[in-house]
Amino acid sequence: MLMINLILILLVGGLLAMLSERFGSHVPRMVTLAVVLLDLVYLLLALSVMPELTGLQAPVPGDPQTWLMHYRAEWIPAFGISFEFALDGISLLMVLLTLVLGVVAVSSSWTDVNIKQGFFEANLLWTLAGVLGVFMALDLFLFFLFWEVMLIPMYFLIAIWGHEQRAYAAMKFFIFTQASGLLMLVSVLTLATIHQSNTGVWSFSYFDLLNTPMAAQTAYWLMLGFFIAFVVKLPGFPFHTWLPDAHTQAPTAGSVILAGVLLKTGAYGLIRFAVPLFPEASMEFAPIALWLGAAGVVYGAVLAFAQTDFKRLVAYSSVSHMGFVLLGVYAWNQLALQGAVMQMVAHGFSTAALFMIAGSLQERLHTRDMREMGGLWHNMPRMGGVAMFFIVASLGLPGLGNFVAEFLVLLGLFQVDPSLTMIAALGLITGAAYSLLLMQRSFQGEPNISRQLNDFGTREMLTMALMMVALIGLGLYPQPVLDMAQPVLNGLLQFSATVAGGQL
Amino acid sequence: MRQLIGLIPLIPLLSSVCLMLLGGRLPRLWIGLLGVGSVGLAALLTGLTAVDFLANPEPFQLTLWVWMQVGNFAPGVAFYFDGLTLVMMSVITGVGFLIHLFSTEFMEEDKSYARYFAYLNMFVAAMLILVMADNLLLLYLGWEGVGVCSYLLVGFWYQNSANGQAARKAFIVTRIGDTAMALGLFLLFSELGTLNIQALGVAANETWQVGDKLPLIACLLLLAGAVGKSAQLPLHTWLPDAMAGPTPVSALIHAATMVTAGVYLIARTHELYLLAPIAMIAVALVGLTTSLMAAFTALTQRDIKRILAYSTISQIGYMFLALGVGAWSAGVFHLMTHAFFKALLFLGSGAIIHCLHHEHDIFKMGGLRTRMPVTFWSFMIGSAALAALPMTSGFFSKDQILLQAYQVDGIGPWLWLGGLLGALLTAIYSFRLVFVVFFGKANTEPDRDTGWRMALSLSLLCALALFGGWIMLPVAEVFPVASGLHPAHWVEYVSIAVPVVGVVIAYLVFYSGQLRVDGLLNRPSMQSLQRFWHSGWGLDALYDRLFVQPYYALAALLKGEPVDAVYGLIVAINQTLNGWLAAGQSGQMRRYLISMVFGLIVVLAVMLGAF
Amino acid sequence: MDGLNIPLSHILLVSSLLFAVGMLGLMMRRNIIFILMSLEVMLNSTALAFVAAGAHWGQPDGQIVFMLILSVAAAEVAVGLGLVLQIQRRFKSLDMDSANRMQG
Repeated sequence: MLMINLILILLVGGLLAMLSERFGSHVPRMVTLAVVLLDLVYLLLALSVMPELTGLQAPVPGDPQTWLMHYRAEWIPAFGISFEFALDGISLLMVLLTLVLGVVAVSSSWTDVNIKQGFFEANLLWTLAGVLGVFMALDLFLFFLFWEVMLIPMYFLIAIWGHEQRAYAAMKFFIFTQASGLLMLVSVLTLATIHQSNTGVWSFSYFDLLNTPMAAQTAYWLMLGFFIAFVVKLPGFPFHTWLPDAHTQAPTAGSVILAGVLLKTGAYGLIRFAVPLFPEASMEFAPIALWLGAAGVVYGAVLAFAQTDFKRLVAYSSVSHMGFVLLGVYAWNQLALQGAVMQMVAHGFSTAALFMIAGSLQERLHTRDMREMGGLWHNMPRMGGVAMFFIVASLGLPGLGNFVAEFLVLLGLFQVDPSLTMIAALGLITGAAYSLLLMQRSFQGEPNISRQLNDFGTREMLTMALMMVALIGLGLYPQPVLDMAQPVLNGLLQFSATVAGGQL
Repeated sequence: MRQLIGLIPLIPLLSSVCLMLLGGRLPRLWIGLLGVGSVGLAALLTGLTAVDFLANPEPFQLTLWVWMQVGNFAPGVAFYFDGLTLVMMSVITGVGFLIHLFSTEFMEEDKSYARYFAYLNMFVAAMLILVMADNLLLLYLGWEGVGVCSYLLVGFWYQNSANGQAARKAFIVTRIGDTAMALGLFLLFSELGTLNIQALGVAANETWQVGDKLPLIACLLLLAGAVGKSAQLPLHTWLPDAMAGPTPVSALIHAATMVTAGVYLIARTHELYLLAPIAMIAVALVGLTTSLMAAFTALTQRDIKRILAYSTISQIGYMFLALGVGAWSAGVFHLMTHAFFKALLFLGSGAIIHCLHHEHDIFKMGGLRTRMPVTFWSFMIGSAALAALPMTSGFFSKDQILLQAYQVDGIGPWLWLGGLLGALLTAIYSFRLVFVVFFGKANTEPDRDTGWRMALSLSLLCALALFGGWIMLPVAEVFPVASGLHPAHWVEYVSIAVPVVGVVIAYLVFYSGQLRVDGLLNRPSMQSLQRFWHSGWGLDALYDRLFVQPYYALAALLKGEPVDAVYGLIVAINQTLNGWLAAGQSGQMRRYLISMVFGLIVVLAVMLGAF
Repeated sequence: MDGLNIPLSHILLVSSLLFAVGMLGLMMRRNIIFILMSLEVMLNSTALAFVAAGAHWGQPDGQIVFMLILSVAAAEVAVGLGLVLQIQRRFKSLDMDSANRMQG
């Protein structure tokens, strides 16, 4: 029940936030903060009394009893559709990340929403609810439902509270995700049909559909359906073009959630569904996916370097960073997968913080164009220092979380394909180029804004400090995160090895 | 005592964090105390550890925690302490302390006083981690950490965008090397299953034979990292530009410590290099060419800091030469003596710049001998050591390198000759600097003399630069023993004489004027050669054309997002189709009706025809 | 059932002629009043056909449908005239072609 409650709290909280607007425009954000914190505390309390957490056993992918939590209730029995939720180390990590970044998102939009505050916060909470659903649903039909649930409130966030080109960006975001989601739906339905014709029973349960025997050709096409849906979300080259627009136009909280959490659903989907459901097809496809990943790393970095819009630059840097995730997943060994999971968490923090900085700059300067900035360190030393921290984090400074992630991914990839590693490693150099350029153009150089600008206040510094501590912690002692993911990844690796008879 | 070495990097780090968090609110005195005191404390602890270690020279290891563990990849946050570590730590904390002390006066009037010491302390911490790391991953942490601190300090005066440019150049160029080094780490881990430096040496000797391909590749990748950090060919171009930072920073980072990290890395992984003789030769050749190239360039520079920067590049070239010929301890010895005299020279130049209204051009100085005596004597001693005049510290180390180079089979004498040429040039350009700046007529009047903090640091460094050559390095256990053979006596005499000849030439040309070279220099061919040398052999322009411009062009080309054009095409197709279909939707009822009737007629006709 | 006995085919011919006239009117006229009138003609032509057919088969259904058509026509005229008024107000004309805002 815990898992359903987590989602319900957010859904109902969204309604409350919307209704609370009649008590004043500042009430919804407090309600929202309370709801997200309640959710977080509830989860932590529930975990603290859970004995399994200390000695996380290796969950066998096909056996829900070995997972941390499992819940199942009938929904549409005629088609074997059920409310099936389950939690293992990776989903738990992602759920925690979602809730923490939810708090960050609420804080980042504390002052910059001027219209329909109630509806704004409601959409924020509903997006989070959808994301939690995606991370926990193990019935493929339910998974698809949540996949759509997180999409629609996000669309509203961009379309209503976005910047000057919000309609275009929101539409692009919607069409990309929706179209690729439909491909996934086709794959899900076909997979369930194949299962039905094999066994005579309808089921959409992940645990039943694993190991479904089918022709290699069919498996390949079905895998592609899943792959495209997840890679669009990730976003991987060449399906990334919705992201710069969506990020640039979204309100700050939208960007934070989008970059911090929504992108991770793609990576999560690859690890959880695309590869385990079709291990052999994935093995066949892996070289292409790896190339796409490496291309994304380099392409995103070059494009980031070319930007003049602060948010757009950060958005392209996400493309580059998510390329590492794709590389990590399809290198499919322990090191690389751990790196991919690490990257999901670390990138969540570092990019969310950069978007928050971008939002603060926009709020103060009313522009995102870096040509109109410069020397802002002089005006806002605290913000400058914070920006410097997150910029060196995003360029992969050892000692911070992103380094651990990128290093593990590349180290794992090297065992699979050294030459591709070299190409991907170019991302380290180009990453430095665009990160430092961002710093130079906005915070360094001749100050050209003479008017008084407010530096970061307590609320902003607290939020930033939270993320800084998280990144330093991930960078210097990543073991808790690694330990959480380790058994799951071991289970997956063993599973794919027995099914596909070897490495990807 | 040994458990406490973990504190040595921790103290400056904590001080740095304090300064960052509270910097703006602390009074200046406190900032200075915190900044200098933390490094002083670290130096003191290093000293105590040294006493303990020298009494019982047994290397030891201290694991603080396991950094990350994934399968059998489990690098620790762990320190390894042996003679080499001790030498490096002493240099870093000792010279670092003096430079910090110097900085308190040099930066006195800067309004970002706290930020300066925060960065500087962080640098010391990162550098200490670099040399204390027991595995290559932690070393990489320090390696990148010093890189970032260097970036921050070069661009310390951020309001001038040229400084930012130089800082970014420094970071990105070294990052190229760092990335190659990371690939080296991947290779080493994949093949040998560990990144622990001591274990690597053992495993490499078990797995590989001398002359194998894999150790060669690994060593070349590590060399690329070292070349980037230590500003050797072809990645040296960032160092002269890095002089944009405050001068004490140049002394600490770009002369004494960070730039010698490459030397440390190669010395530390010498067991790997011993398996790859070709890589050793590559190290020696890189060192020698760099050293000559930089020496020629230094001859033509006018900016006092750029002369010293090229001189640093050249001297690190010597260290690489030493490493390449297997003179490990000589290389490390030169690293140490170089840290003394080059820090001295940089601080001296800092004092001049500080007292001379931020003047950098040596030809606008002159006659400073009587006006700034402390600085003059510092420069004399520093230059003597740099030129390796007998009995100075530089003499001992450089002499060792030359003699050992001579003994290499085959190319040895050639390396020796090249080294000699470098030594001659070094003597010429260092004394050119002395004669131009301190003798002759005064072009600019200093507005003050050095204060006690500057004078104290300079004097202590003078002592080290003079007598540092008598220090016995406790590295006998670390490196394999060099051959006991001695080359012929004439080789030794020539090696000693050449620097003296250089000083004499410099005297004749730049002081007494008895040797006239103007006629030679004014020839067009010589002019263009001078320009070529002055520009650092045109490499900056070459790289600009080869890498920087194409990258900008590529970025500009892709800026419009060509991938999006594909999706734009889909959109365009849909819009065209939509246009066609919408044309039927004229909004005029009669047309709808007409088409409906015709449709009906057609349907009726078909139905009637069918039945 | 003596008396004037017109063959069914004749009546159906008249009915279809009427229908064709109405339809042609519908297609050709631009004045909305005439369009409405044409519609009425078409409705009535169908009604005629129903009545004739009902008489021919001796069934009451034809007349029932006629009543239905009558009421539909009445309703249609009510709605149609309402539209006419609106169109007149909006476009200051009774030209049907000017009301083409629905074009794609």
